[in-house]
Amino acid sequence: MASRRAGEDAPRLAWCGDACLMAEFGDAIDPRVNSRVLALGVRLATLAPPWLVETVSTYRSLAVYVDPWEGPRDEIEALVARLALSAKGEPPQPTGTFSVPVCYGGTWGPDLERVSGHTGLEPDEVVRRHSGGRYRVFMMGFTPGFPYLGGLDPALETPRLESPRGLVAAGSVGIAGRQGGIYPIESPGGWNIIGRTPLALFDPGREPPFLMATGMDIRFVPVTAGEFEEIVRGGRGVTP
Amino acid sequence: MSLEVQSPGLLTTVQDLGRSGFRAFGMPLSGALDPFSLAAGNLVVGNGPGAAGLEVTLVGPGLAFRSERLVCVTGGDLSPRVNGKAIPCWEGVLLREGDVLTFGGAGPGGARCWVCVGGGIDTPPVMGSRSTYLRGKLGGYKGRRLEKGDILPLGVPDILSPRGEGFAVPGELRPGFIEGPVVRVIPGPQEGHFTEEGLEVFYKSSYCIDPGSDRMGYRLRGPAVHHREGADIISDAVPWGAVQVPGNGLPIIMMADGQTTGGYPKIAAAISADLGLLAAAAPGDSLSFRRCGLGEAAAASRALKGSMDGLRVLLAGYRSRPVRSVPKADRGALRLHFDGGSFDITWEIIGREGR
Repeated sequence: MASRRAGEDAPRLAWCGDACLMAEFGDAIDPRVNSRVLALGVRLATLAPPWLVETVSTYRSLAVYVDPWEGPRDEIEALVARLALSAKGEPPQPTGTFSVPVCYGGTWGPDLERVSGHTGLEPDEVVRRHSGGRYRVFMMGFTPGFPYLGGLDPALETPRLESPRGLVAAGSVGIAGRQGGIYPIESPGGWNIIGRTPLALFDPGREPPFLMATGMDIRFVPVTAGEFEEIVRGGRGVTP
Repeated sequence: MSLEVQSPGLLTTVQDLGRSGFRAFGMPLSGALDPFSLAAGNLVVGNGPGAAGLEVTLVGPGLAFRSERLVCVTGGDLSPRVNGKAIPCWEGVLLREGDVLTFGGAGPGGARCWVCVGGGIDTPPVMGSRSTYLRGKLGGYKGRRLEKGDILPLGVPDILSPRGEGFAVPGELRPGFIEGPVVRVIPGPQEGHFTEEGLEVFYKSSYCIDPGSDRMGYRLRGPAVHHREGADIISDAVPWGAVQVPGNGLPIIMMADGQTTGGYPKIAAAISADLGLLAAAAPGDSLSFRRCGLGEAAAASRALKGSMDGLRVLLAGYRSRPVRSVPKADRGALRLHFDGGSFDITWEIIGREGR
């Protein structure tokens, strides 16, 4: 629907089973769409109806998980539709910008050369542009704590690896197309890895377990291998 | 206050009703694949419905009890035995210290069962749940499937727990096992991404569960379902029970350990009340799908909730049945019906005359 105005229209409501109602605000990766998704999530969480289990916000839709045994479905739909009308996509609460230290290249970023080759930019320029950007966490998924980041410099756009790696190290900072991301735990993956952060994005024993949340703004700060090790030794980094 | 794993079985994990509240961060729900069976078994042994039990898959473990506990094995009949002697499923069975619970193997009655123990399995909760999330290596016992030699801590049972000995969940309150089940699904948010023929194939075909299926998802083998255009959508949330169809046209049913988001169109999603049918199915089994509406799903959920409520009432009555002999234990419980009210009374001997 080309005429759809991302900031105002009512979302499309669709059930995915009987315990998940999806409110879809658009069909594009668009910050305005994403902020409406977040705004609806905040409204629902604030109201906390008894049938609400939790919500999951993604690029363009909010998944509203409900108790399968509670709440008439038409009432749930009506409430979500009503709240969505006032979810205008005002900017989320200002939380400042979260700084993520990254050691670029070498063993920490085995695909820096590949991104350099694909984009025609010198590796230093890739790092300069990547760390010069401001990113928004549009959604989380794939593995616990994996942030999908919007805001990548278009000049850095690089397609996924042709064959994914069996194991990508925890903390790896990657690029896939126009998306950015960080691997919180060791897992298979096909993104171009250009660096690694010593921060533990996910630690189930920590409170809170996750460093990032949807809607958060982040930036990358280049650090040396020595500084990387220091952060790990200081106990602020990934658990060895 | 523990039990020892003498043999692990094929895939035995600690599960409760899941780690909800973190799906927004990419953390799967996990938990028993048939929440009703786990909850019902827990009620029988005197636990809350969400206590942790053991999820047993096809080949059961050998479990040596180091303390006396009421046990109830629900779900499919994997031929449970105590010290080699068959015990009934869906019934409270008192195991004494030293008793060994084993399993003879899966019959035609379902691929998984849940072992519920009075007091529950008391492994440390991770982010509010004891469920094992295998891929994330967290929760349950050290984040992994059970292995020989593991010692599982048990919680303190409710004082009324032993009174459930001999209680059998009536057949009509147990989920029925159906071979080659027809799983009821609600049309998915991306049904429009499929051709008319594709939808017809999906609803008219029988699919076989691929051996590569697990707690994350069931991959299905059978006729391919065709998309109108590509098989990619902007990544979206994927609930448990959702049926995604990737480019090869072969549906994947997302299960409790499945990723929270995914980029394939969701053709349909199983209703909550039929998740137990999926849990009972094993790789190699067949299943098919039937379209249903929210009304039918709600009726099915009401029926399940009714069964759970009915079970609570029956159990309360059973536990308060008359006691013929004076119990020798130094603590106990009884229920008095007096002047129109019911009173639960627990007692404990704190001293004796002459001491």
